[in-house]
Amino acid sequence: MKHLRSIPELGADGLARLLELTNHMVEVNRRPVPKVPALRGRTVVSLFFEDSTRTRLSFETAAKRLSADTMTFSVSTSSVNKGESLRDTVETITDMGVDAFVVRHKSAGIPWQISEWTTAAVVNAGDGWHQHPTQALVDCFTVREARGCERFDGLTLTIVGDIKHSRVARSNIAAFSMLGAKIVLVAPPTLLPPDVAHWPVAVSHSLDEVISRTDILYMLRLQSERMAQGHVPNLREYSERFGLDARRLAMLPSDAVVMHPGPMNRGVEMLIDPSALPNSLIHRQVANGVSVRMAVLFDLLAGESSAGNLREVSP
Amino acid sequence: MKRSATPTSSGTTRVVLKGGTIVDSRGERRADVAIEGGVVVEVGEGLSGDARDASGAVIAPGFVDLHAHLREPGKEEAETIETGSRAGAKGGYTALVAMPNTDPPQDSVAVIEFVREQGRRAGLVDVVPSGCITLGRQGEALAPIAELAAAGVRIFTDDGSGVQDELLMRRAMEYGRGLDVTLAQHCEVATLTKGAVMNECQCCTTLGLPGWPAVAEELMVFRDIELARITGARVHFLHLSTARSVDLVRAAKRDGLPVTAEVTPHHLSLDETRLLTFDTVYKVNPPLRSPRDIAALREGVRDGTIDALATDHAPHPRRDKELPLDQAPPGMLGLETALGVALGVMDIDLVHLVRIMSINPARIAGINDRHGRDIEPGAPANLVVFDPNITWQVAPEKLASKSRNTPYAGMTLRGRVRHTIFGGDFTVLDGEPQR
Repeated sequence: MKHLRSIPELGADGLARLLELTNHMVEVNRRPVPKVPALRGRTVVSLFFEDSTRTRLSFETAAKRLSADTMTFSVSTSSVNKGESLRDTVETITDMGVDAFVVRHKSAGIPWQISEWTTAAVVNAGDGWHQHPTQALVDCFTVREARGCERFDGLTLTIVGDIKHSRVARSNIAAFSMLGAKIVLVAPPTLLPPDVAHWPVAVSHSLDEVISRTDILYMLRLQSERMAQGHVPNLREYSERFGLDARRLAMLPSDAVVMHPGPMNRGVEMLIDPSALPNSLIHRQVANGVSVRMAVLFDLLAGESSAGNLREVSP
Repeated sequence: MKRSATPTSSGTTRVVLKGGTIVDSRGERRADVAIEGGVVVEVGEGLSGDARDASGAVIAPGFVDLHAHLREPGKEEAETIETGSRAGAKGGYTALVAMPNTDPPQDSVAVIEFVREQGRRAGLVDVVPSGCITLGRQGEALAPIAELAAAGVRIFTDDGSGVQDELLMRRAMEYGRGLDVTLAQHCEVATLTKGAVMNECQCCTTLGLPGWPAVAEELMVFRDIELARITGARVHFLHLSTARSVDLVRAAKRDGLPVTAEVTPHHLSLDETRLLTFDTVYKVNPPLRSPRDIAALREGVRDGTIDALATDHAPHPRRDKELPLDQAPPGMLGLETALGVALGVMDIDLVHLVRIMSINPARIAGINDRHGRDIEPGAPANLVVFDPNITWQVAPEKLASKSRNTPYAGMTLRGRVRHTIFGGDFTVLDGEPQR
C-alpha cells in the first residue's frame, strides 16, 4: 500500500489487513509504556486545512507511539496565508524529507492531487464530502470489538442524517458492505446524493420504519448551514423525524449499538444524553482511533526490515 | 505591413496547392488551387506556379471557431490574442470568434476595437470579437448592442454565464432582431449549479462533488427557444452538452425557428468518468456528461440538429489548474486538437466535417463573405490543407497555446493540419507555424 486515500482504493483485502493490524496496536496500547520503535527515523506531517479534534490528535498520538517524528502544519500561521500554493507547500515539505502526509481539506480529491506532487505516502484524513477512510476503519474495528465477530454478514447498519455531505457515510458504506453488512440510509431526499441507486444500500425516509430492524445505528451530524441552503426547513422538523430520542431508543433492538463520528449536535440529531445510552460505542470509537491510525501509519511506513518490530522501547 | 521573409502569396507570387482534393459545400473533387494576391485565382488540374504540396490531403475553406477564449485583455498569463491565434492557425483555423469574458469585458467599442486590432497585429487568423449581451456580463442591463453592431459585431453573448433574467433576455432578443445580429447563449440556470464541479450523476455521488444537473442547461435552452418563437430573434446555443438539449433544438428547428447550435470536441469525446482521478484538466463548464449524452450529441451532429463544432478553447495557467477541484477554473484547450478529435469520434463524411467546422460557423458568425466559402476563383484565400488519415500524439509542451490544459495529452489523434492559409499567407506550412 502506497497511500490510504479511500476505502474503495484500499479494497477488501487491505481493509482486513489493517483491521488485523489494529489488534496488534491495541495490544501495544495496553502496555505500561505504549510506545514501540517501529517508525523511528520516519517523519509524519499533518496537513490540516480544516478543523479537527479527534482525527488530528489521534494521528499525532499514533505517530508518536510508533516513535515517528511529527510535524504539524498550521494553515493559519503558514505561508499559505502569504498566497503560497498547495503544490508549493507540499513540495517544500517534501524537500525537508517527510515520509507521510496526513491531509484534511474541505475539497474532495486533494489527497489525489497531493500524491502527484510528492514521493511521500498520503493519508486521507477527510477530503470534502468524499472520503474519511480512517474513520471507517475505526468504526469497523469498533463494531468487530463490540460484536466479537470478524465479518458483519446478517448485521444491518442504519446510517441516519446528512449522507449527501458526509465523507464518513461514503467511507462507511464502502467498508461495511465489504464486510457483508446490509446498509440502510435514512434521510430526507434532500440530504441524499443525487444517484444512490448504484450503491449497495437500501434507502428509507423514515427512521421509525427501520429502527426496529437495526443492529448498528449510526447517527450523523447535521450542520446548521444545511437549513440556510434549504435542505431542511428547520432543525425542529429534522429532529422530530430523524433525531434519536427516548421513544426511538425504546424501538431499537436491545442488542443494537449506537455510533456517532463526532462532533455531536446535541438537541439536533442526539436528543438524549449520550452518556445515558445503554449501548453506545461512541467512546470506543474515540478510544480505538489511535490504534487504527497506528496500524495505518505502520502499514504505510514500516519497511520489510521493521515489519513485526513492535517490541517495547527499551527505557 | 512587410512580411517578405515568409512564403506568402498575398503579393504577386502565384502559389499553387498541388495534388489535393477540394472539399467544400459542393462536394469533393480532385483539383489544384492557385492563389495570388490573397484570393483564389484558379482551380483545376495541373496548374503551374510556385508549388506547395497538397498531395493526398484535403483542401478546404479554413476552419472557423465560434467559441475561443483568447484571454486578452486581462488574463495574458493564460493566453494572448497572438498565442491563441497561433494555436488556431495550427489547428487549421482562419477565423476565431473571441469570447467577451475578458477584463475589461467586450461590452464597449473601445475593447472591441482593441481585440480586433490585436488580432490584426498578430495577423494569423481573423479575430472576430463577440459582444456582451449585458453590461459587464452582469446580467442586469443591456450592453450598447446597437453601438457594438455598428462597430461590426455580429454575435452577442455573455458566455461564461447565461443571461438569467427572462425579461432582460427577451429585451435583448427584441432589440437584437432589429439589428440583425445573433444572440448566443451559455445555457445555465445559475441557481441550480451553485458550486457545481461535475455532471450530476453516479460519479458525483461517489466522489462527493456537487453536481451540475442537465436540467440547468435544458431549462434555459427551452426558455430561449420559446423567447425566439415570440421575438423572431436569431439565437445560437453555445456548447450544448445534454441529450434533452439536442431534442429541444431539433424540435425548434422542425418548427422553423431561427436557432442554431454548437457542440465542443470534448463533449463529443470525453465522459464524466474522467473526473474519477480528480484531475482538474477535466473540469469544464458545462461539465463532461454521460455516454448517453455523448451518443445524443453525436446523433445531433449527424442529423444536422447541431450546426457547428466549436472548441470552447479555454486556456488556464498551470497554477490555476493546480487549485483544488472545487476551486480550479473550468475549461480546456481545444484549438489544436479539434480536427483530430472530430475525425476520430464522428462518423461523418468530409463534406459534413467541413460544414460543421467552417461553412456553418462562418454563416452563424456573420463572416461568410470571407470564410467558409466554396473554393473557386475570386474567393478569399482562407484555406486549410489537412491530412485526414495521419496520426499524431498530443504533446502538451509542443502546443502553440500559452497554456497546457489539454485533456488529450499523450493521446493519439487522427487528422493533422498540413498548411493553413490566411488571406493568402501561409500561417502554417508543413505543420509548422510560420511566425
